[in-house]
Amino acid sequence: MTGPPDSAELEALRLSLEVALRSVAFSLPLAVLAAWVLTRARFRGRLLLDALVHLPLVLPPVAVGYVLLLLLGAHAPLGAWLGRRFGIHLPFTTAGAALATAVMTFPLMVRAIRIALENVDRGLEDAARTLGAAPLDRFLSITLPLMLPGILAGAVTAFAAGLGEFGAVITFAANVPGVTRTLPLALYTAMQSPGGDALALRLAMLSFALGILGLLTAELIVRRVRRRLGG
Amino acid sequence: MLEVSVLKQLGAFRLDATFSAPTPGVIALFGRSGSGKSTLINLIAGLLAPDAGAVSLDGEILTDARRGIAVPAERRRIGCVFQDARLFPHLSVVSNLRYGERRRRRAPPLLAFDEVVDLLGLASLLQRRPWELSGGERQRVSLGRALLSRPRLLLLDEPLASLDVSRREEILPYLVAVRERLSVPMVLVSHQFDEVLRLATHLVLLDGGQVLAEGAVEEMSLYPQLQSIVGHDLAGAVVEGLVTRVNEAAGSAELAVGSGTLQVSLRDVQPGMRVRLQLLARDVILATQPVQGLSVRNALASTVIAISDDESGAALVRVDVGGAIVLARITQDARRALNLQPGDAVWTLVKAVSTRGHAFTLARGV
Repeated sequence: MTGPPDSAELEALRLSLEVALRSVAFSLPLAVLAAWVLTRARFRGRLLLDALVHLPLVLPPVAVGYVLLLLLGAHAPLGAWLGRRFGIHLPFTTAGAALATAVMTFPLMVRAIRIALENVDRGLEDAARTLGAAPLDRFLSITLPLMLPGILAGAVTAFAAGLGEFGAVITFAANVPGVTRTLPLALYTAMQSPGGDALALRLAMLSFALGILGLLTAELIVRRVRRRLGG
Repeated sequence: MLEVSVLKQLGAFRLDATFSAPTPGVIALFGRSGSGKSTLINLIAGLLAPDAGAVSLDGEILTDARRGIAVPAERRRIGCVFQDARLFPHLSVVSNLRYGERRRRRAPPLLAFDEVVDLLGLASLLQRRPWELSGGERQRVSLGRALLSRPRLLLLDEPLASLDVSRREEILPYLVAVRERLSVPMVLVSHQFDEVLRLATHLVLLDGGQVLAEGAVEEMSLYPQLQSIVGHDLAGAVVEGLVTRVNEAAGSAELAVGSGTLQVSLRDVQPGMRVRLQLLARDVILATQPVQGLSVRNALASTVIAISDDESGAALVRVDVGGAIVLARITQDARRALNLQPGDAVWTLVKAVSTRGHAFTLARGV
């Protein structure tokens, strides 16, 4: 190593963490809502919504980034309106990278939460009803706490996956050093630069370590919460 | 008064049940599994909506499909104890107990928190988690949770069915205590006749989604179809008696039943107490002449009312002991040998010990 860490790694790491964290914070409430609607609500078009939620799993990430650009680009109607009305500019920003990551990891999160919701014993909700709990009260006091292991597992998995999102981020938010150059983008850049092999290796190892850490954390959280619930 | 008249189709099963039972009191919904007892409970609780019909409690309409009335379950103040307890696994026992209490602050309490804890012996369980409890303990917590939710009707859906025999014996006294202590009406779902006998005042007999008959437990104990559901060995008339004398040392008591006096093995009673007991039909012996030199303690002068054949081929003789009706199960040979006919005067012999375990003090106000 020469001198202080030349901060390319640190910067990429910090950005990756920030992007993944913001994407989870943004998508978690929506994922709970989507899981609830897909599991409990009966309406026309439920299958379509189901397919839409899972679409990022099967689409090329670049295509997702491109669609986001078409919708939210500076000259797209929605993007222009957001900019005029709220001063929100998503393309080429960290927030944009977080949004692209959120869309990509959304199916993972919904899946985990949905399984958790399906496993909640409806009999317990019925018992809560007879004890005087109205629907929202019931959801907050019974259903949500019982779903917690699944919600946490979904969030941590999405976070870990979000650290490494590449295609959608680079397409929608580009590769701006210090703004959208997350770990995988920095790794890709290093690989493209002459003499960047050492940096690329360090970044790759960092990504591995983070991935393992994330998955282990998810498992530990799930076990701990399950034990508290007596499962 | 609990008035129920509901129609509900669930797949191939059709429930079409109408009954009305007095409140306060303990109403038993009795029948084989699959007879529609639990569906009926869910309809009364409001957890299920009927296709047609109405449910009302003490004059208040809870469900009326035609008029579009359906009070949501959370506003009915009907407490439920389910077969599987349904304690909230993420909450401690004390939080489970407080769950309903917190949400019904404005309703008049049946009992204070500490009283419920005392009545059901929950003090040592309060800080535990549901999965650390035995099956019996879970049901006690579930009962306490329902009582604390300030119900005006308590539904007990086979609360003892998931417990083994010894656990059942451990929980039954708590249910009896609740019945004796509180005047809250209860609906008990059961397929065990001894539970009905110890707890219920009114019995609704269900079979295949329909009400076969309903009435006071004494009256229903004579009903032929009940015999086949209960089983011939456990069938027998339920009679009410007034304790006239107690022999503490011998553990026996004398009861006035109809016009006769019955000596039975019975402890923990005082003169003046009204008790209910079941005389198992297989243990009741009929004689056409007074008998002597027998160990049987009770010989009651009575009259044959009717004779029928039960499903096992034995004869079921209904006799009147001065106002109390008793059933005797005898063989067809004996029936022919005695040439029994309605109107015949007979002696009804009952062993003092044959009633043991089936004697219960009656509910307050009954």
